[in-house]
Amino acid sequence: MMAGLIFVFSLAAMMQFFVSYCRSLIAASARRALSPDVQDVVGITRSANSEDFERVMQFLHLCPERREDRNGIQAIGAYFRILGAVGKTLGKLIPSLHAWTESERSQCAYFAAVALDRRIAYSRDMLAEQMTA
Amino acid sequence: MPGPFEYTIWFVGALLEASVVVCSLLRGPFRRYFTLNLYMSMSFLVSAGRYLVFSRHGLMSSEYIYFYYYSDAILTICLYFALMGLYAIVFEELGAALKLRVFMMLLLIGTTLFSLSVVHQSEARMLTHYIVEISQNLYFVGLVLTYVLWAALLKLRESRVRVIQIVLSLGVYFSINAANYALHNAYPNLRVIWEYLPPAAGMFLPIAWIYAFVRFDDEARLTPARLAVVPR
Repeated sequence: MMAGLIFVFSLAAMMQFFVSYCRSLIAASARRALSPDVQDVVGITRSANSEDFERVMQFLHLCPERREDRNGIQAIGAYFRILGAVGKTLGKLIPSLHAWTESERSQCAYFAAVALDRRIAYSRDMLAEQMTA
Repeated sequence: MPGPFEYTIWFVGALLEASVVVCSLLRGPFRRYFTLNLYMSMSFLVSAGRYLVFSRHGLMSSEYIYFYYYSDAILTICLYFALMGLYAIVFEELGAALKLRVFMMLLLIGTTLFSLSVVHQSEARMLTHYIVEISQNLYFVGLVLTYVLWAALLKLRESRVRVIQIVLSLGVYFSINAANYALHNAYPNLRVIWEYLPPAAGMFLPIAWIYAFVRFDDEARLTPARLAVVPR
């Protein structure tokens, strides 16, 4: 009985902590404006769509990896998929939940675009260093 | 016998734990987050100790099983100290850190005595049952304390990204482990789940802390209201 209660409470708390953790990753990049180059490439200016996420991820995989970004991108990728699953199942029953998951997924796409921006800047810096060396 | 996958998880986990301390030393917040670094150093030492005991006595030996669960209980207590350190950082401006530390120590002692009294009613398999029972309860109390800290962060409108991310990742870690030990307690035959969850959770915590130390400095801020699952 006690173990069952602890199990249920822990699962609920884990979901809440995980969602908040992912939101803290997203919020840290939400205020950052995208460079004109990235805006042209991915077609995102101020806000993104959830459909943009996969496309931006493909661009991200084409750029050299930055170690600092890797874990955050993986966590947001997992969060994006969980939101997709929730939106497709529970979202059909509760329209407000569907709207919320879509808004969160859009922010995931914007987070990915900011990560792409950083990777492009990083690649440029590396190239510039090699040219000067 | 563990296969290459288990060895890799073991080795990578220990490497990540050491990396947290190194990153913290290089980026400067080592003293400020001393209790967190103490926990990670202990965790690294315990990983090395487990490997030594395992290589001498084998995975299914009683020596290894006792060492595993007792070291886990000690690590959980170290994690309490890490949590106390976080409380001290969050409440430093209110001057309530000392009272909170005393309260948390009393809670820790109370949880241990409660677990002992629960197991004392069934003295068969006393030690092994006690270890699982105490781990489940310690992780659960840790989860509740982290939840209270998270609520306080939202209430106080704490905006330091590093503190927020460390607290949230600790919450995820405590909840995974509390759920895992509860499952272990209720269904001891479900080895597939409760054997693989702790190493996975054990890797998440150092990765999240490395990210918080490397990616943000102590002054990086965000709007805390954006983080609540229910909009405030």
